[in-house]
Amino acid sequence: MNSRYFGRFDPSRAEKLQILDHEGRLNEELRPDLPDDRVRKLYERMVVMRVADQTALTLQREGRLGTYAPFYGQEACQASSAFLGPQDWLVPSYRETGALFMRGVPLSLLYRYWMGDERGMSLPDSTRILPVEIVVGAQPLHAVGLSWSLKLKGEKAAAVAYFGDGASSQGDVHEAMNFAGVFKTPTVFVCENNQFAISLPRKQQTAAESIAQRAAGYGFAGLLIDGNDLFAVAGAMVEALEACRGGGGPFLIEMLTYRYGPHTSSDDPTKYRTAEEVESQKPFDPLLRLRRYLESKGLWTDADEAAALEAGRLEAERAITAAEAMAPPSPMDIFSHTRKSAPAYVERQKAELADHLQRGGGHA
Amino acid sequence: MPKLNMVSAINLALDQEMARNDRVMVLGEDVGREGGVFRVTDGLQAKYGPARVVDTPLAESAIVGVSLGLAAGGMVPVAEIQFEGFLYVAMDQLLNQLARYRTRSQGRFSLGVVVRVPWGGGIHAPEMHSDSPETVLVHSPGLTVVQPSNPFDAKGLMLSALRLGEPVVFCEPKRIYRAVKMEVPEEDYTVPIGKAKTVAEGTDLTIVAWGAMVREAVNARKELETLGHSAEVIDLRTLSPMDSQAVIESVRKTGRLVIVHEAPRTLGLGAEIAARVAEEALTSLLAPIERVTGFDTFMPLGLLEEHYLPDAGRITAAAKKALGVERVAA
Repeated sequence: MNSRYFGRFDPSRAEKLQILDHEGRLNEELRPDLPDDRVRKLYERMVVMRVADQTALTLQREGRLGTYAPFYGQEACQASSAFLGPQDWLVPSYRETGALFMRGVPLSLLYRYWMGDERGMSLPDSTRILPVEIVVGAQPLHAVGLSWSLKLKGEKAAAVAYFGDGASSQGDVHEAMNFAGVFKTPTVFVCENNQFAISLPRKQQTAAESIAQRAAGYGFAGLLIDGNDLFAVAGAMVEALEACRGGGGPFLIEMLTYRYGPHTSSDDPTKYRTAEEVESQKPFDPLLRLRRYLESKGLWTDADEAAALEAGRLEAERAITAAEAMAPPSPMDIFSHTRKSAPAYVERQKAELADHLQRGGGHA
Repeated sequence: MPKLNMVSAINLALDQEMARNDRVMVLGEDVGREGGVFRVTDGLQAKYGPARVVDTPLAESAIVGVSLGLAAGGMVPVAEIQFEGFLYVAMDQLLNQLARYRTRSQGRFSLGVVVRVPWGGGIHAPEMHSDSPETVLVHSPGLTVVQPSNPFDAKGLMLSALRLGEPVVFCEPKRIYRAVKMEVPEEDYTVPIGKAKTVAEGTDLTIVAWGAMVREAVNARKELETLGHSAEVIDLRTLSPMDSQAVIESVRKTGRLVIVHEAPRTLGLGAEIAARVAEEALTSLLAPIERVTGFDTFMPLGLLEEHYLPDAGRITAAAKKALGVERVAA
């Protein structure tokens, strides 16, 4: 493989790919094929993404949304889904709301899902996205099977498995990488290392220098990148995806980032880290450096920033309105999808509920 | 018509469906070159190649989880878990993932995965090679669980399972893999999933069993016949969704019920069958329901397993108790 990134940095020595530093300076030599007009558009979407994420947390605090897993600080990692082609599959964990948004899943549907409405996962057959996975580390195996099927069918496409540093300790993630290596599946493993698995810091998750270095043990290439650097994200993703589509793969990309917010809306991060620590990470914000870069190129102004924020606010507001305007699911929906057709005894249980509701029982 | 044992009957079903549908593939530990430790997939790799009959690394969770992904991509994977005791390693992928995927995706991904698992005791195997954990599977509303008791049903149920388009755990009673040969048609036929079969009609008593226990129930029926009692034997065949109606209707006729299974008694499927009969046919019962089952202990190793597994003698004794012809010490 003609590689610009994979193999050029040794993850076992914590060498990482960084193209755009936190002050907005770009290493032109390493720059991927990512023109400035695309950077500008991606930045705009990342601003909307951040507003949408903060809005979800606010809605949760107001009792209008259920438990929610925010991705504040991980916007560049989440934007990686923008580099998937229409032929590629996205296999998300529960923290990929931003990645799903970038791939075109309507924000209203995502809010609806986190409001506790299963219809939020009604994605059309044309959408190459698997449903959100809640069990930590279960989904990389699905991505391996899915990408294996693509290979068997002769499709030039890949599946991308998203997971976190916590998931990297799960046996299923090991099994997934091992299978992917053995069967040479077109899988891209994206580990968003946001430094915490709820409360457990990354250093207590593994004694290894990096998670990316594990790829070597499975017989494929791993790359550690600055996950707050959209250029590094783009470079690594495009290189891995193109190689997969050309019959290569698998690949492991560890994206180093930092979760500024709580694990979920139920979490209290002050129990396990100080406000100072979080603040010390703020200069490395993935949006801040992109803005600096665009400003340095004369492609972004304060007025653009204000307009993008306002656009985000409006988009989130429209999504909330649409989500809250959806008629509530029917209690009978509980029975809709368990099997293709319900056995007689389940039909009777369904009738029991219908009868109870008809007599005025149930919950408004 | 060839006379086949259950191993050959399942092999024939897989072979024929692989020939008919190129999306069907087999994967698992030792299923290719070795043809499976029980030889159920014998010859398939030679015929269909290593891309469709795949020897995988030794990892049960991956075998199930990867099968989920393959099915999401349109394949029909037949995954083998070598022994039922190893299924626990794959339980998250089986129960939290595969079984729930249809619901989670709002019906988009109805995944036609068949997980084949050699099942139950009676072959003097090591620990964790002889259990009957069907209750764990049946408790999941999204899994179809099948257990044939003879070669004819094994082929027909396997073809049904491969065409269901929903996850099926296909429990293969290893004790009777090679115990009986019977005529198995070459041609394509299916045995419906979700339908019990009345193996033998009777008027005084109903015995319900599945898998290897059906043979014991039939033998008990013969013994009871010599004593002048007429037992009806029902083979459940599909454990989930369960055809409890067949049992209920039989009990309405006979008034007595003996439930037989290898699994421990507490919360074995017998508990559910008894509950459904109590709900719907309590007034038809002329005697308390009898359960002849494994004990609420762990399945012993080979030297004691015959004492653990129900047999015709224990079934006959329970039947006599239900019939009131033999008092059993309390």
